[in-house]
Amino acid sequence: MLSVLIFLPLLPAAVLAGWRGVPDAAARWTWVVASAVEVVLVAALWIGYQGPGIGYETAVAWIPAAGSSYHVGVDGLSLPLLAMTAVVFLAAAVYSLAEQNRPRPFAALFLALQTTCMGLFAALDLILFFVFFDLSIVGMYFVIAGWGHGRDAARSALTFFLYTFLGSLALLLGFIGLYVAADPHTFDMVELTRTAPLAGSGAAGGLVLTAILIGLAIKTPTIPFHTWLPPAHTDAPAAGSAVLAGVLLKMGTYGFVRIAMPMLPDAWRGYATVIVVVGVISVLYGALVALAQTSFKRMVAYTSVNHMGYILLAVGAAGIVAGTDPTARTVAVTGAVTQMVSHGLITAALFLLAGVLADRGGSYELDAYGGLAADTPRFATLTAVAAFASLGLPGFSGFIAEFQIFAGSLGSAPVATAAALLGILLTAGLLLWALHRLFLGPRRHELPGVADVRPSESWAIAPLLVLVLLIGVFPAPLLDVIEPASRAVVELVAR
Amino acid sequence: MSLLLWGLVGLPAVAGAALVIWRQWLDRAAPTVALLTATAALLLAVVVAIARPTASAPFLPSAPLTLVTDGLAAVVAITVAAVGLLVLLAAAAEIDDARARFFGLMLLFLSAVLLTVTAANLVGLLLAWEMMGATSYALIAHHWRSDRHADSGAMAFLTTRAGDLGLYLAAGAALAAGAGLGLPNFGLDGLAGLPAPWLHVAAAGVLAAAFGKAAQLPFSFWLSRAMDGPSPVSALLHSAAMVAMGGYLLLRTAPLLGAAGWAAGVAAWGGALTALVLGAVAIAQSDLKQLLAASTSAQLGFVVLGAGTAAYGGVTAGTAHLVGHAAVKSLLFLAAGAWLATLGTQQLAALRGAARAHPVVGAGAVVGLLALAGVPPLSLWATKDAVLAAAGQRSFALYLVTLAAALLSAAYAAKALGLLLTDPVSEPKRGLSAARNPVSVPKRGRLPLALLAIGAAVLGVLALPWFGAALGELSPPISPQKLVLTGLLALAVTALVVAMPRLLPAPGWARNWLNLEAAAHAVAVRPVLALATALARFDDRVLHAAVLATAPAARRLAAGAATADDAGLHGGAVRRVTDGARRLGQLARRPQTGQLHHYYAQAAVVLAAAVVLLLVVS
Repeated sequence: MLSVLIFLPLLPAAVLAGWRGVPDAAARWTWVVASAVEVVLVAALWIGYQGPGIGYETAVAWIPAAGSSYHVGVDGLSLPLLAMTAVVFLAAAVYSLAEQNRPRPFAALFLALQTTCMGLFAALDLILFFVFFDLSIVGMYFVIAGWGHGRDAARSALTFFLYTFLGSLALLLGFIGLYVAADPHTFDMVELTRTAPLAGSGAAGGLVLTAILIGLAIKTPTIPFHTWLPPAHTDAPAAGSAVLAGVLLKMGTYGFVRIAMPMLPDAWRGYATVIVVVGVISVLYGALVALAQTSFKRMVAYTSVNHMGYILLAVGAAGIVAGTDPTARTVAVTGAVTQMVSHGLITAALFLLAGVLADRGGSYELDAYGGLAADTPRFATLTAVAAFASLGLPGFSGFIAEFQIFAGSLGSAPVATAAALLGILLTAGLLLWALHRLFLGPRRHELPGVADVRPSESWAIAPLLVLVLLIGVFPAPLLDVIEPASRAVVELVAR
Repeated sequence: MSLLLWGLVGLPAVAGAALVIWRQWLDRAAPTVALLTATAALLLAVVVAIARPTASAPFLPSAPLTLVTDGLAAVVAITVAAVGLLVLLAAAAEIDDARARFFGLMLLFLSAVLLTVTAANLVGLLLAWEMMGATSYALIAHHWRSDRHADSGAMAFLTTRAGDLGLYLAAGAALAAGAGLGLPNFGLDGLAGLPAPWLHVAAAGVLAAAFGKAAQLPFSFWLSRAMDGPSPVSALLHSAAMVAMGGYLLLRTAPLLGAAGWAAGVAAWGGALTALVLGAVAIAQSDLKQLLAASTSAQLGFVVLGAGTAAYGGVTAGTAHLVGHAAVKSLLFLAAGAWLATLGTQQLAALRGAARAHPVVGAGAVVGLLALAGVPPLSLWATKDAVLAAAGQRSFALYLVTLAAALLSAAYAAKALGLLLTDPVSEPKRGLSAARNPVSVPKRGRLPLALLAIGAAVLGVLALPWFGAALGELSPPISPQKLVLTGLLALAVTALVVAMPRLLPAPGWARNWLNLEAAAHAVAVRPVLALATALARFDDRVLHAAVLATAPAARRLAAGAATADDAGLHGGAVRRVTDGARRLGQLARRPQTGQLHHYYAQAAVVLAAAVVLLLVVS
């Protein structure tokens, strides 16, 4: 069933890619239906999941001589991300019902991309993980290069590709290190998690973790590896940005809790302070640079750096074991995983809204607008809700995530956490300011008759925000799945 | 029974959200929906206050969302629900644009306040606390077409959120100390029992959050800008609810402040100094709403002072003052709103004689101002004296500062009173718009004024000993002699100021609210913006440029090598080596086609090679 979920989108992708005669409307709707089926499948998977531990496990020999197999399964870390991925891709599909530029290959590309994303979160084998990781980069490259609208789309796409590809090579180096250290040699994640082959090896563990951390940090991205992100977003189409920020960034953060922490526990503990510091700097730097942006889309891109910084803070703090409370550390990691889901939904909505903005006014520049709320009340409401969710207002999912991150990290890293708290004040300031410049005040734009959100746009964006609200008000169903898994991660790191 | 408690919080939330979401269709029905909901909330608050139910629902794994009602919560919930209903009644007569949005947001705000009052742990408290901030942002910026109003809303939200960070710290401290977030009982004894370093972190965090919301020094300036909102917003948010919740939080966590020692002192002195300094600010104001706003900060100072003197019955005194002030101040804000609607001004000079021109509103305002002045036997006379009694037990200096602050409140109330009551006929030269345009205040707006005036008059009964018993707290040691003395003093100051208003000074620092807003801009806003701009430039011109520069650098390195080669390293062995290097370089350049699929194929080859290598190694 899990494999069906992973590979189902490839079928319509192949048909759409191969059969040039498919009408545009049919291509768009095929994409929507396929994504909707994925959401239904993932919901069924969620209902049937009997936690804790790995469910829906499949292991088939693949490259037995290299100790690699097709090994997939879900647990409390991956299930929420699979669900979030399916939802974000459906939102992208619905939003793209209005896509006029070669919708057939566009749909095919996104469906193929969805397979790589689902496959990555379900992978329980490092080589499988790596393959999906790289293929997702390739898919996103073509999205930005082929459908990007900036002057420098091709250049931004190449920067994105080379930079993240470099990261994936570092990741591969780390994986090979784990493989070599394991006895017997294996790429199997479950096995590597159980044995933690480099425990007590000193320098070797540190080197392997460094390679993996660099790979994941580029993807996440954290300071100072984030500079590929703003140009990629600026030039990517709205649906591409939503998937890139919503789903692809999570591959980096997911790697921390899935690979780095459980497989290299003592190296992780040794590096914990560094990770916390990088996290806090990402939080503050991302927020400050976002504050100075004049483009709404670049601003949202930089808030991703800020939001991913909270995750680093939490997972780093979970590595500071001495003299701290395991319950608090579990709360921190639960918050980090919740943040991955929450940020995926919120930032996808924000990027789709940025797409609406550019569609109406032809610009992302904040100062090109002003007083838009008079013309487009529903657009203003949706953006305001997304902005307040993004700044961590209680009642939305971001608060559930960030509250747990802060509360759980304070005991381990008091100074860093206190500094990171300023991040939510900065994001509040910058998002309110952006709302003001776009929507409030007297009319400052010259656009004739700005249309409010269209059905395809509101049906893509509103459900994301409803989900964000539901998680914010009724977080228990989500947290009940995440919490046992994060407690397991905390125990694995502390061993 | 727990369903009633959920209903108390949930009903306004659901109705408010529905009004905001479907505002296009509900604009006409909005006031009715809001009034029905607020009536239901008031009834529920009364029932809950009698039955004292508990409600709990799963929320975070370590902390359920738990609601409880004890004596303090019951009293404050009824106060908030009652004032909320009356303010909505007045707003139904006053607000005539974007009604569904306005009433929806007011209901959402009311829900957040009721959750704040009943929250049993830090998670629920923080949830409600920041919802209050966000809805207040939208309510203050009701007239969003003006840049200033939008800014005022943002300033209120950001300033109070700066304080809110303290609650995150407090939650982290509770968790770090192993206490968990779900506090064992409603007295917040969980926090008071934290071990040493975390106890102080929690106390500092709670103080910051409460001082921010209650507009205590140095956060007071946001309240001045919040006056840009419609008057009913001020009548609810800046009397009974949002600012009052800052005081309420400290009354609620008084055991924590006491356990931390220094924190009780900070609350006591912080409250007393705010009452004193903001009292001086209020005296200097020339705009009725600004005067009332400064007075709100000052009056909340008495409540905060009460929380800091819990050991001497300050919690009872502070709660009584909170409730009395809620009635007085929402009455006065509604009166100011009524005059703004009918006379088009809230400038004190232009309101000369307004109380005579509009007898109903005027009578309400006079009762409110006399109560604010502390004139016997009205409410704030007695409740303020209860606060004074507790302060006097703590230290004589604190008592003197508080007494001075009490007399200042008599002075600023009398300043407004004197102007409103001036006989317009006796001073015909002064441009008395009030007397010349006696547009009558809508009838529907009069009922809330009358009811609030009754509250403002009689709520002094809360200073009697039964109230402490009802709360389950100590009662402050009020002495009849001092009660009479302060009453006479307040009366004397009031009479003096009404007779000779020119005695009152209005120095620039007080008119401008101590220049706190400018200071916040200079100390926080501008440096942060400058840093942000500098970092953004660094990000583009240094960090990103460095990454992009790696490609040309590699190319230049190759070119440099080629130049060196041409420049004459033509010796036999050297030449052979360089030739070899060049050939290698050419070879290396071949795959660099700039075409992505080539790169990818190469990577695949590398990957395959790595796999083969691994096979050989194993």
